[in-house]
Amino acid sequence: MKKRWYNYLWIVSLTYLILGFFHILFAWLGLLCFFIPLIISITQGSKGYCNRYCGRGQLFGLIGGRFGLSRRKDVPRWMKSKAFRYGFLIFFFLMFFQMLWNTYLVFAEVRDLRQVVTLLWTFRLPWHWAYRGVLVSPGAAQFAFGFYSVMLTSTVLGFLTMLLFKPRSWCVYCPMGTMTQLICRAKNHSAQSAEP
Amino acid sequence: METKRKTRRQARVDQSLCVACGCCVKVCPLAAIQVFRGLWAQVDRARCVGCGKCARECPASVIAIQEVEA
Repeated sequence: MKKRWYNYLWIVSLTYLILGFFHILFAWLGLLCFFIPLIISITQGSKGYCNRYCGRGQLFGLIGGRFGLSRRKDVPRWMKSKAFRYGFLIFFFLMFFQMLWNTYLVFAEVRDLRQVVTLLWTFRLPWHWAYRGVLVSPGAAQFAFGFYSVMLTSTVLGFLTMLLFKPRSWCVYCPMGTMTQLICRAKNHSAQSAEP
Repeated sequence: METKRKTRRQARVDQSLCVACGCCVKVCPLAAIQVFRGLWAQVDRARCVGCGKCARECPASVIAIQEVEA
């Protein structure tokens, strides 16, 4: 198949992760990975983002597939169940709102800026070397730390399931994928009943 | 006289479990599979030759290669 520009978006994903090690404010760019899929699904009623542009999926496909780091086993049955996918989406949302709340507290000057990246919602990694103050308000920096935590955590989870199962097994339970599929389902309600 | 039934292999998607990621679309050499409106993957029966690339690629393993009557 002919390679197109969007087949190289894995480079963007990888660059994003690397930039976060040098300056945390780059984490704000990650919002694109939230808004673009939502906009595509809402306006076009398709999963065009997953299908074409998702750099993270491409990255897992490359490392697990071409570089052969994946065991290429089937994901367990529970992992593709609606209960788990929706459950994980809700859990992800809750953690996301908690992160927003922490950001708000810093904005409201109730709490001081915490220069940490929280991995897997548990482990606080010191990350002070990626922030040099002064540029923006502490709240904006706190959001960057929080958002980068979300991105790094999901990458680590996706990487683990890439090793254990199929290269892109993250796609099975990716909260953005689940959410955009739900939006498509709501948008294409009439088409759905006509199909088997 | 016994007539020999012709069968061919084709991909079948379990649409209830499909996550519509589109990995199958990328590997299909005949463009015989598409994601239908972000809901699930759909096989074009006229085109599919049952090579099994999509089934191997599918992250959720919801594509099976089945024998169907030609």
